[in-house]
Amino acid sequence: MKAIVVATSVVTCLVVAQPTAAQQAQPSGPRPGTYMNVGFTALTDAGWSTSKNLASILQGDHDPKVRGFTIPNTELTLDGAVDPYFRGIANFIFKLDENGETGVELEEAYVVTTALRGNLQLKAGQYFADFGRQNTMHPHAWSFVDQPVVLSRMFGPEGLRSQGVRLSWLLPTPWYTETMVSVVNSTNGTTFSFRSEESAVIHGGVPVERGVNEVGDMLVVPRIATSFDPSPTQTLLLGASAALGPNNSGPDERTAIYGVDGYWKWKSASAQQGFPFVSLQGEFLTRRYDAAVRPSIDDTTVTLAAGPINDRGGYAQLLWGIKPRVVAGLRTDIATGDVPALVTEFRGDRLRVSPNLTWYPSEFSKIRVQYNYDDRKSLGKDHSLWVQLEFLLGAHAAHKF
Amino acid sequence: MRIRNAFAAALVALVALSGLGATVVAKIRVVATTPDLASIAREIGGEAVEVVALAKPTEDPHFVDAKPSHIVTLNRADVLIEGGAELELGWLPPLLESSRNTRIAAGAPGRVVASQGVQMLEIPAAFDRSKGDVHSQGNPHFLLDPPNARTFAISLADQFSKVDPASAALYTANATKFSAALDAKYAEWQRKLEPFRGAKIVTYHKDFVYLAARFNLEVVAELEPKPGIAPSPAHIARVIQTMRATSARVILVQPYQNRKTAATVARQAGAVVLDMPQQPGARPDTKTWLAMMDHLVTTLANALGEPR
Repeated sequence: MKAIVVATSVVTCLVVAQPTAAQQAQPSGPRPGTYMNVGFTALTDAGWSTSKNLASILQGDHDPKVRGFTIPNTELTLDGAVDPYFRGIANFIFKLDENGETGVELEEAYVVTTALRGNLQLKAGQYFADFGRQNTMHPHAWSFVDQPVVLSRMFGPEGLRSQGVRLSWLLPTPWYTETMVSVVNSTNGTTFSFRSEESAVIHGGVPVERGVNEVGDMLVVPRIATSFDPSPTQTLLLGASAALGPNNSGPDERTAIYGVDGYWKWKSASAQQGFPFVSLQGEFLTRRYDAAVRPSIDDTTVTLAAGPINDRGGYAQLLWGIKPRVVAGLRTDIATGDVPALVTEFRGDRLRVSPNLTWYPSEFSKIRVQYNYDDRKSLGKDHSLWVQLEFLLGAHAAHKF
Repeated sequence: MRIRNAFAAALVALVALSGLGATVVAKIRVVATTPDLASIAREIGGEAVEVVALAKPTEDPHFVDAKPSHIVTLNRADVLIEGGAELELGWLPPLLESSRNTRIAAGAPGRVVASQGVQMLEIPAAFDRSKGDVHSQGNPHFLLDPPNARTFAISLADQFSKVDPASAALYTANATKFSAALDAKYAEWQRKLEPFRGAKIVTYHKDFVYLAARFNLEVVAELEPKPGIAPSPAHIARVIQTMRATSARVILVQPYQNRKTAATVARQAGAVVLDMPQQPGARPDTKTWLAMMDHLVTTLANALGEPR
């Protein structure tokens, strides 16, 4: 465990230099005269919903949880080469909560090795765990205003992220295959299904204080992804992930989340600014949460029975880049939990359908309109309409596929 | 005498064969971001290299998808050639990070930045995105200027030689051969376009500035009001007015640009739309950079020479 502690304490030290007058062509990277890229993005949302308790239908931390106006996410991103061996990335979030109070958080801060042999790569620090497709994406890269229901249920409001290390290996296959495993801390609010203080939402009991006594108390996130191009204009990316670790319903209980994800994209051979294109993305997750015999958090005289709490769900989203800078999208979310295990609003059957339309005036701004039809089977139907405006200053983060 | 000649010939053949043997064993794997760079790399590398381009000849090179198959291609590359000047900024960095290949890391002999050593045009005095997506290091469409292509070809031979010293003579010879072919063609292109000195042209994007500057043509308008910004009706109306006032007769478009908009403007301004792909391979008759330039110059000269 010592190695992990050392690796995660690596400090990403990034310094800005004085700009130089020389205009020499540079390899793709930071602008000449700087040692790092500095970028800032802001998401400002406005809208209305028939639901009065928006936090119960929009569980993502960067979802618009206010009737009216809100700024659920702005982020300052710094990145650059640390030295010949590491690249460093740091990401700071400033956001307004439902009451208009400003929240600040260190979202990610990590280094990635650039010169390891054997097609290996090590990542260390705090980062979004490589589980599925959307979990590692920052809100400004999302294709919808809010995060998929299943991801909120499995990973909580802020996604699955923690402090630790990841080792990844690019396999020597003729087509892309990458396998990786993360070992990270299993505690705090961003490890929702594990030793999170918020876990009562899942198991309904009083959370147990569990320390870290062995390797098994860490959260382990393995993933394999493979991709090939069925034709010169199409790409298919498939992945399978798991997140395995302790939970705090009891002293020895564990949680296992498994997921599969797929992404297919067609882009015209004569695409202008990347348009037209059609893409289909889907993820399916299933969680087995083994719960101990525990006192109910609502009434400690009541004892809840031991047993697995099983949940599953998924989403599929279709995007059509109609013409340069105009994208129409349709997402369907489904989520369900086994009965007669504990019934809460976070576990009931739910169907959500979200059509949207996004217009990008330039690469550096976007305006999005989205409607949500939300059917929580036991709680009723809700309708929400959102408008989102994003703007970007400074360096434009290049998007991964 | 005769015996000595035969001996010399045998020696030359042996050297050539051994050289050939070496190149057959391990070709240098070259990845170019765009097909124009790839085409010149093939001219310089010849038999000693195998070259692939990441961008398709018909797609917008600013917006290539960072798809995983490119990661594999880059992982196995000995040399990466990029245009630079931020052309590939939106997609190359994440590919490079995932490729985990130190041979093509910035500063390594296997990393070639084609715009290095090139006299860049339109370097902005200040960075201001209200002027559109202006590249801070200058206009990246520099390979349409033949002397820039020559500069790149010669420096590429040097760079290939650093990576693969065994074939250095081949690279130098190929660079000389390519430069000679280019110079011959360049003289011909200048002759062809000389009668149209000062001719007014219109382009879709700011992507023909090097060609215009070299051959003394004047770009009087772009269909994009600012780089990367979609044409608006008001701007289109202004372009039509400008074209009528300046007698601009041609609109240059690349395969990925909106031909319908260009055709509408051309109809109203009494001009013609010219297909001017800047990437070799976008048309069946423009497989190499030289053939492509030939096509561009001939198309332009023919259109400008048409009687009204």
